[in-house]
Amino acid sequence: MYPANFDYYRPKNLKEAITLLRKKKDAKLLAGGHSLLPAMKLRVSSPNALIDIGHIKGLDNIKVGKSAIRIGGLSTHFAIESSKAIRKNCSILSDAASIIGDMQVRNRGTIGGSLAHADPAADYPTVILALDAKIGASGPTGKRQIPAEKFFRDIFTTALRRSEILTDVRVPFFKPGQGGAYLKHRHPASSYAVVGVAAVIHINNDAVNQARIAIGGVTVNPFLITAAADGLIGKKPTVQAIAEVAAKVPDAIKDPLSDLYASGEYRRHLAGVLVRRAISEAVKRAKKRR
Amino acid sequence: MKVLIEISVNNEITTAEVEPRLMLVSYLRDVLGLTGTNVGCDTSQCGSCTIIMNGQAVKSCTVLAVQADGSRITTIEGLAADGELHPIQQAFWDNHGLQCGFCTPGMIMAATELLARKPRASEQDIRHCLEGNICRCTGYENIVKSIVATSMGNLDKH
Repeated sequence: MYPANFDYYRPKNLKEAITLLRKKKDAKLLAGGHSLLPAMKLRVSSPNALIDIGHIKGLDNIKVGKSAIRIGGLSTHFAIESSKAIRKNCSILSDAASIIGDMQVRNRGTIGGSLAHADPAADYPTVILALDAKIGASGPTGKRQIPAEKFFRDIFTTALRRSEILTDVRVPFFKPGQGGAYLKHRHPASSYAVVGVAAVIHINNDAVNQARIAIGGVTVNPFLITAAADGLIGKKPTVQAIAEVAAKVPDAIKDPLSDLYASGEYRRHLAGVLVRRAISEAVKRAKKRR
Repeated sequence: MKVLIEISVNNEITTAEVEPRLMLVSYLRDVLGLTGTNVGCDTSQCGSCTIIMNGQAVKSCTVLAVQADGSRITTIEGLAADGELHPIQQAFWDNHGLQCGFCTPGMIMAATELLARKPRASEQDIRHCLEGNICRCTGYENIVKSIVATSMGNLDKH
């Protein structure tokens, strides 16, 4: 299989890339290419130009700040999985990166590509949402930061404007007493998340102080299940308390995706199971970080 | 549109003018004639097209030749030095690690990266590393055994 023909551009810096993106109306950005190229080979996508940002220097840096880590959009899943700084300060992201696709895919695929592609079955969007991360974008009029909650708009659709490039993701450090877990039911062939759940829990004086729980794979975009998270606030995270909030999850999900592998009902059910397990694991880790 | 590329393949510089849509695996097989790298699923699932690019195992059916411009590539043909099988190749021979042989180059290239990165890889590491390589003969036991043997071999040397 090979894609339809296209013109190929390799800008040297971000400015050149943005200019090209503005000029070439039907162009697509190419980073690792692990979402785009398969789609082009299947002729699901046939852009007339590709702008290869894969060689732009500095876009793959992982920088540790005082309370957040800035992850360059070109950072590969492998780079994220093996970053000691991310493992130490935001291990939920390391965990998610380490179970994306397979080794070869993790060597090429990038976090920026995954987020900009916004596949409903991708892993990062769910985690980024639970982490309350910010996504950095550069365009002709300058830079801006988009909160994860406002980034995913629809299936394969984000808040990025046509001439904007995703440059980085800022994830906050875990505070003492905070822990996170990402669990997924992976599709046996593709490794994509049939359902993925990310839970970030903060515990203070043995009670849940903050909770953010995101569910991916079930609907067109990942979403925060606030009903379940709020039900935990102020309570001791006992097995029973966790089971009670998780039991409410299936009914709270509207319009689940459905395919040959997993029906909507099955996805709803899995979401409840994984919410329970993810909260339990996040609580366990939060207690260790006190 | 054609693009001039220069790629080091098995320590030899190769250059060609290619269409941007040419996949790296087609460059290796059809332009350079290195047919040891196989095309299986052609959708980045099966791993039979795995090669080493700048020290990392990648699926060459999902990389454009133009993306590999300026890179260093090793294919299965580049492993055996001076007619001597690479230790992983020898281990596949010794442990009956191949049946039909179609997935073998990809399996060996994936294992090459793992053992370069982690010479004392455990059986669990090896199984995790091979998630992206499918053997249609389902001969996984002996494939894993072959790689474990190479990993242990390195252990003995330490």
